[in-house]
Amino acid sequence: MHNFITYYLGAGFWGSLVSSIIPLVFILPFALVAIWLELKISAHMQDRVGPMRTGRWHGWAQPLADVTKLIQKEDIIPAAADKALYILAPALVFVGAYAAYAAIPFSPAYIGSDINLGIFYIVAVSALVVIGILMAGWSSNNKWSLLGAMRTAAQLVSYEIPSSLAILAVVMVAGSLNLNDICAAQSGWFWNWFVFGKFPFLFITFIIYFIASLAETNRSPFDIPEAESELVAGYHTEYSGMRFAFFYLAEYANMFVVAAVAAVLFFGGWNSPFGTFLSGPVWGVFWLISKGMVLVFIQIWLRWTLPRFRVDQLMYLSWKILTPFALVNIFAVGLWVVLRG
Amino acid sequence: MNWYDIIFYVFALLTIVSAVGVVFSRNIVYAAFSLLFAFFGVAALYVLLAADFIAITQILLYVGGILVLIVFGIMLTSRANSVEMKKGILRIAPSVIVAGVIAGTLIGVLTTTRWPSAGMGPAEETAKPIGTLLMTNFVLPFELASILLLVALVGAVIIARREERKEGLK
Repeated sequence: MHNFITYYLGAGFWGSLVSSIIPLVFILPFALVAIWLELKISAHMQDRVGPMRTGRWHGWAQPLADVTKLIQKEDIIPAAADKALYILAPALVFVGAYAAYAAIPFSPAYIGSDINLGIFYIVAVSALVVIGILMAGWSSNNKWSLLGAMRTAAQLVSYEIPSSLAILAVVMVAGSLNLNDICAAQSGWFWNWFVFGKFPFLFITFIIYFIASLAETNRSPFDIPEAESELVAGYHTEYSGMRFAFFYLAEYANMFVVAAVAAVLFFGGWNSPFGTFLSGPVWGVFWLISKGMVLVFIQIWLRWTLPRFRVDQLMYLSWKILTPFALVNIFAVGLWVVLRG
Repeated sequence: MNWYDIIFYVFALLTIVSAVGVVFSRNIVYAAFSLLFAFFGVAALYVLLAADFIAITQILLYVGGILVLIVFGIMLTSRANSVEMKKGILRIAPSVIVAGVIAGTLIGVLTTTRWPSAGMGPAEETAKPIGTLLMTNFVLPFELASILLLVALVGAVIIARREERKEGLK
């Protein structure tokens, strides 16, 4: 039983519908929590306290207030913008981020679609995000938007290579592209997780993947696509209200996708760290989301610690450091897999 | 008519309508973005044929690679939006010959191919057999294609570098 919903409701229309809506039920609260964490963590790193008043306790209701504000805002479409593409772009970016959730195994008993090519599918659908961002940047008819979109496309296309090569190394060890199988291959105590169990090969792979995934979510130190000090806000400069909120939601949804993929590939996914203790379908959800949240915390931590890369440094890092390391790593992992038998 | 049929007709319609959009759109940017939906529809049709590996490769290469490059190229071209697509009929005889040959080939393929159809079975693993075949029976074409791509890559770098050097000499 890989999906308890289609098991009970059948794999017909209703089962598929409910099963495909579940990730949305997760993304919305996750985005609110992650935005609040981002506000508080950034504040404490800069020796401030952050929001303290909204909702009394440490400003916990600040993201809710922000969302309410965004919903009420006027929806502005610039007169010189290309209207149809301008409206379509935020939806396309969100679809790209949301589609990836279909193959994330939240628990042994829930994965949207238990396809054999899960991880390959996740890498492929992120292409929609690139197209959506290019569409947003072009249709806004604004120089900052266009520059931001071009930078994003160049960055995403370059960093897809080291991240795909890193994923390939894990696939070679696990012998499967199915994320449920990759989780199952790491069962047992936490020293069976790929990041520790296959030390040092998959540890290096994890570092490569994590750096590349930071670039794929357009966050600091790789945030030149929206670099506010040079480009105002990059590709979403002209967007306001709900359309802007869609870009924002897509960014946070994407953060969790890369964190969950890292958790599945390197940290055992839905496996409990303590063997069979606290394991099972329900605890699986807890473990996957906790592991994802820890990685999201590290993303936020790095964002508020490191300065932004220059464009040439960004390309240098991808093509001359990460890609060669990933290639050598693949060769080493391959050799090791073959020699081990 | 079951769900598979409905999904098939929806995606077939999406593919054809957006392909027509690519050809007939006066705006080159719209043509490029229509291509996105055409590629996507074709990928969905591959899924319905139980060829999931081909479907995902289609999205990865055509949407993530080729389409991004096309859109990138259009965006780098100044005044891409105001480019007038050629209208009207130019050179009747060559275009009739080309269109006739292509149409003839397509009709020939359509009429002579057998179209075996079978019910949808459970999805089988496709990545492993494809990988095994590429590494055994088809290893020579596979390697030749890789070398061709490498040559193209090196060629592109040389052309780009030569222009840079000329600019430096001036």
